[in-house]
Amino acid sequence: MELLSFGKTGWGDELFYATLMTVAVSITAMLVGFFFALIFTPLKLSKYKTLNFVGNFYTTLIRGVPELLVIYLFFFGGSGAIMYVASIFGYYEYIEINAFITGSMAIGIISGAYSTEVFRGAIQSIDKGQFEAAKVLGINKFGQFYKIILPQMLRLAIPNLSNVWQITLKDTSLISVTGLVEIMRQSYIAAGSTRDPLFFYSFAAVLYLLLTYLSMKLINKLEVRYSRGH
Amino acid sequence: MDFDLMITSFPKLLGATIVTLKLLSASLFFGLFLGLFFAILRLNKNIFINKFAYGYSYIIRGTPLLVQIFIIYFGLGQIEYLRTTFLWVILKEPYWCAIIAFTLNTGAYTSEILRSAFQTIKPGIIEAGKSLGISNKIIFYKIQIPIAIRQSLPAYGNEIILMMKGTSLASTVTLMDLTGVAKYIISTTFKPIEVFIVAGGIYLFMTFIIHNVIKYLEKKYSFQ
Repeated sequence: MELLSFGKTGWGDELFYATLMTVAVSITAMLVGFFFALIFTPLKLSKYKTLNFVGNFYTTLIRGVPELLVIYLFFFGGSGAIMYVASIFGYYEYIEINAFITGSMAIGIISGAYSTEVFRGAIQSIDKGQFEAAKVLGINKFGQFYKIILPQMLRLAIPNLSNVWQITLKDTSLISVTGLVEIMRQSYIAAGSTRDPLFFYSFAAVLYLLLTYLSMKLINKLEVRYSRGH
Repeated sequence: MDFDLMITSFPKLLGATIVTLKLLSASLFFGLFLGLFFAILRLNKNIFINKFAYGYSYIIRGTPLLVQIFIIYFGLGQIEYLRTTFLWVILKEPYWCAIIAFTLNTGAYTSEILRSAFQTIKPGIIEAGKSLGISNKIIFYKIQIPIAIRQSLPAYGNEIILMMKGTSLASTVTLMDLTGVAKYIISTTFKPIEVFIVAGGIYLFMTFIIHNVIKYLEKKYSFQ
């Protein structure tokens, strides 16, 4: 137990901050994912074959390739890509992106593919009459989506989005390979310096369980809120 | 684009794919039995057995696969007693540690898939079997299990693909699977995009094959 004490002798405070880091990366990745989903869901539902193809390519690629490989692509290729873009604008210095941004971008793109599928399914299960009624009432396209479709879609999407959240939360453990100090990385450091890997990795497992348990509780509340009237 | 690198790295990556396939098939094989075992426990009326199986799948599904691999590979070796038993022969090999971790992982997910498949079997089918005088054991093996397997095919197909992606974590415990070799080539040549295209292409190809095999089986064993 003294291994977990706060302060200089124990690993308690380090692991506490690492847990906060895991939560921060997961939330950022989830938001990045939503951003991607907002772009790719309309593409997947579009009438145009080319746009359809782009949307399907994204979700098929991400869901067929291991997360770790995507993370390596971002880790090794991230600064190269940014420097290439910068060189177009005449900036030739070395640019290093920090591990937090690389990690949340990589996990965000993965999480975005799952969110896209969830949103697509949710929109498709909304009654066609809703779209038509909104059109008949003369509501513009923007209002149709934000005031009519989105609120109904969220109710249908929340249970599946909670799965996406769980996947995203667990995927953040893979960013430890880039050196970002989250739960897994911190446990690795602690295990290495105390030579007690069994304890620290088991404790990491407990931390993840705690996170998944608490987030499920929270999401259940959201679910109740959004299904008022149903 | 460095096409030469793509061509020279292709055979190396293809060789590593065999390791990935070995890991995948071994863990799916053992995982299916483990999953069936836990699914049967979940259907048991005894509350302790039921809760035990539920707890197992809850813990495995609530923690990342990476933690599970690390506990087995780095953690178990720490227990002095284990080092004296015959288990140490298995546990000192990263290959077997990875297979054990993957088996435990896929076993938990498979048990959930099979459990829900068992629960969707209409009671009328079991009652029909009973009224024909078929024994409970035979009803279970000849009626319930085949229907459950058919019901769970689509979900199990997804699980196979997820597990295939999961085997990439074997590279974190020094195994040179497809992702491991890809990472090695990337870190020596610093050409991530080219290697990603080749390695990702191989993974996508495997996903495509698995997807179509499952689709074929679904069609072949459909009730209609």
